[in-house]
Amino acid sequence: MDTYYTDGDPIADGKAPQGPIEDRWERRRFEAKLVNPANKRKLTVIVVGTGLAGGSAAATLGELGYQVKSYCFQDSPRRAHSIAAQGGINAAKNYRNDGDSVHRLFYDTVKGGDFRSRESNVHRLAQISTEIIDQCVAQGVPFAREYGGLLDTRSFGGAQVSRTFYARGQTGQQLLLGAYQALERQIAAGTVQMNSRHEMLELIVVDGKARGIVVRDLVTGEVTTEFADAVVLASGGYGNVFFLSTNAKGCNVTAAWRAHRHGALFANPCYTQIHPTCIPVSGDHQSKLTLMSESLRNDGRVWVPKRAGDDRAPGAIGEDERDYYLERIYPAFGNLVPRDIASRAAKNVCDEGRGVGPGGLGVYLDFAAAIGRLGRDAVEAKYGNLFEMYERITGEDPYTVPMRIYPAVHYTMGGLWVDYDLQSTIPGLFVIGEANFSDHGANRLGASALMQGLADGYFVLPNTIGDYLAAGPFPKIDADTPEVAAARRIVEDRITRLLAVNGDRTVDSFHRELGRIMWEYCGMERTDEGLRKAIGMIRDLKAEFWQRVRVPGGEEGFNQSLERAGRVLDFFELGELMCIDALHRTESCGGHFRAESQTDEGEAQRDDENFSYVAAWEYTGGDPILHKEDLVFDYVHPSQRSYK
Amino acid sequence: MKLTLRIWRQETPQVKGRMVTYPMDDVSPDMSFLEMLDVLNERLTLDGQEPVAFDHDCREGICGACSLVINGVPHGPEKATTTCQLHMRHFTDGETVDIEPWRARAFPVVKDLVVDRSAFDRIIAAGGYISAPTGSAPDAHATPVPKPDADAAFEAATCIGCGACVAACPNGSGMLFTAAKITHLGLVPQGQPERDSRVLDMVATHDEEGFGGCTNTGECTSVCPKGIPLSAIAGLNKDYLHALRARS
Ligand SMILES: Cc1cc2nc3c(=O)[nH]c(=O)nc-3n(C[C@H](O)[C@H](O)[C@H](O)COP(=O)(O)OP(=O)(O)OC[C@H]3O[C@@H](n4cnc5c(N)ncnc54)[C@H](O)[C@@H]3O)c2cc1C
Ligand code: SF4
Ligand code: FES
Repeated sequence: MDTYYTDGDPIADGKAPQGPIEDRWERRRFEAKLVNPANKRKLTVIVVGTGLAGGSAAATLGELGYQVKSYCFQDSPRRAHSIAAQGGINAAKNYRNDGDSVHRLFYDTVKGGDFRSRESNVHRLAQISTEIIDQCVAQGVPFAREYGGLLDTRSFGGAQVSRTFYARGQTGQQLLLGAYQALERQIAAGTVQMNSRHEMLELIVVDGKARGIVVRDLVTGEVTTEFADAVVLASGGYGNVFFLSTNAKGCNVTAAWRAHRHGALFANPCYTQIHPTCIPVSGDHQSKLTLMSESLRNDGRVWVPKRAGDDRAPGAIGEDERDYYLERIYPAFGNLVPRDIASRAAKNVCDEGRGVGPGGLGVYLDFAAAIGRLGRDAVEAKYGNLFEMYERITGEDPYTVPMRIYPAVHYTMGGLWVDYDLQSTIPGLFVIGEANFSDHGANRLGASALMQGLADGYFVLPNTIGDYLAAGPFPKIDADTPEVAAARRIVEDRITRLLAVNGDRTVDSFHRELGRIMWEYCGMERTDEGLRKAIGMIRDLKAEFWQRVRVPGGEEGFNQSLERAGRVLDFFELGELMCIDALHRTESCGGHFRAESQTDEGEAQRDDENFSYVAAWEYTGGDPILHKEDLVFDYVHPSQRSYK
Repeated sequence: MKLTLRIWRQETPQVKGRMVTYPMDDVSPDMSFLEMLDVLNERLTLDGQEPVAFDHDCREGICGACSLVINGVPHGPEKATTTCQLHMRHFTDGETVDIEPWRARAFPVVKDLVVDRSAFDRIIAAGGYISAPTGSAPDAHATPVPKPDADAAFEAATCIGCGACVAACPNGSGMLFTAAKITHLGLVPQGQPERDSRVLDMVATHDEEGFGGCTNTGECTSVCPKGIPLSAIAGLNKDYLHALRARS
């Protein structure tokens, strides 16, 4: 049977320091070479992306004195996808005295990630989490406060302590504005040069080192080459490979994928987080899915009718005819079980024919009890804007009728492989935030992505990149360097080819079809048979794309169809790799549920014996090569993850 | 339902734009306004025409990218709602809908319905921040903020930088946007040291960028999707006068 890949050498060195885990980050910082302040001015760093990761990194590198060139495809850095995060950001401050600590956040994150992340990285993340809150408060981020003026917190997806800091339902917005303002300050100071409406379309690698990027000015269409001593990708996740997801429409994989094609390994691509609380799909016109913040699960109770096919209005279904299935199956965590568990449970009850709403793909998230207990005003104060958003989209009033929710693609734990320094397998190419694979393992706990993005951007990268840059500045390169001209040619040829097909199908129709294949076969549940089928379908679809796509307009000027066409092309290749990765991992873990690997009770069955590794894939143009990085657990011992 | 769309088409900033009529006969009330345009664009593409360019990203009312003047009103008819969150159930069968870009001197048209709002970024760069270099912060609890102040700061901080206020203003003023930021940072203790320089620098940049002056017509707040109130501008004026006096 076709395996679709070949085995390569294991990854020997992740560069994590040895010794007690509490001291590793301190030790790494001490051992890293420093760059003389006078030399920093002579060093240039390109940062692709202005979300929490890229925005905070560019601002901090600018503060340190490096010359930074920053890029994003939106019209303003403030609009990066991070702006949409609702729920909050974790930090082990233990301000509530409820038993939280750096160690507990570390423990919860390793366990929540189903023992598929690195202990050293996760511990560092937990340690830095406390500094992030300090930094953001200093910037004036208006976090929720108690009456005494101190910071308020709440508990969030899968955590039994209250460690999530938040700003109403708009935490990502407020954190991003903090980073964006810090960035604008550096732009005014002249240390950061901002290029919005610019898309990175190739990586430039010279003498084995990342030395620049090829970008297209999305307004004029001009393609240029930009050089630097190091390149940082902070280009976000690839959930939009599914077409329907909670991601902003522009999110894509191009920056990471282009780097992958130049030799950067792509790790764990099949780990997709499906979020349990999204508004269900309403029709074929749908362009994206909307998340209802997970904080709603603190007070909302999830249920479906006990009887299959019961299509009465929710109010007509009596208490004894309802199945509060999360509370029933997972009494210790109830409605707060982690995302992978809640999502799969929703899928199961819908598969049993007990789903509600159009097509039976929905479950109720009911606030009647909370309104009874706390009063409508209190519920409104906590969740008012989310309820409003729900009503706007569905036309239903959640104060009187329970919300309907269904799982949707939300976050991708896979990404470019990086070492402890956040450096990819291409020297000089660093990857931060959702674009890298690190820290969350096979599943991400709520409120941890914001934490990772800011930890990487404010604290980790600015320290570790210096160790690399201390050897710079590197020899000058220019447009005539053969590698530069070659990278540029790849971009120009692709654009010319895309415009030349002039077929009879739109870019979006291909993207939608790819998304359906991915959701069906590489979504909430994967099987050997389905994944093989999907790989064939994706290959056929890609071939058809080159025959039939129509990209209107020209290469010059503003052309949104052309932008999307390039991104969909990269999604085809990524989608195939995701299926191959999912196929080879014949265990279930976190966001990856292989139907063949479940316990008698239908829970995910991990296989630590055979799969306790990071799968890092090398691009070859043909079958990819699998490199394994073994995961070692000295502090948190893998156990069956049970929330019962 | 059936609609007649009249949409502003303008290939480049240099050429003159014009309204073009497009009949739509397959609009579902569950679609968002942008999804309705997606459907139109799919059709135009297959018909061999260029799709309509418009800005959007999050489609959740938070990124501030979407920017359409619908029947003369920025973000359309629903109160406190961005274009991407506006659903077609608010329109009636047979209606004619005009769709235009933000119009303001400081927001030049890029193409069709897309405008250049980078002037807003430059206003922020002029001082819309608190100087807090990374790693220098004291423990977060060292700076208590009374809850009412934090809540009010948050309200002002919810501005999404969309620019609807500018598009609605007869003077093309960006004062509501500027005032939202001044209010946010002015309400927290961390924002006090730079309070005077902030307002002077931001207002100066606002004027240099070609935004008009505020004459209190209030059109801005009536279209603001985040409900930033006119009192923010009053607060800005107060800070401005205070800063001028302090300087002189
Ligand atoms: C609806 C929603 C709610 C969420 N809520 C939470 C939450 O409550 N808590 C939490 O912790 N996490 C949450 N998340 C996850 C979190 O928001 C993201 O993981 C995180 O913001 C990613 O940040 P980032 O900086 O890595 O990337 P992004 O914010 O996605 O930024 C990517 C940047 O890269 C740029 N870019 C990408 N490709 C290119 C290219 N080729 N050329 C130029 N520029 C490029 C983009 O322009 C953008 O600036 C949520 C996510 C969603 C979708
Ligand atoms: S003040 Fe309101 S209308 Fe103006 S930019 Fe901010 S959110 Fe938009
Ligand atoms: S698309 Fe983001 S606010 Fe409308």
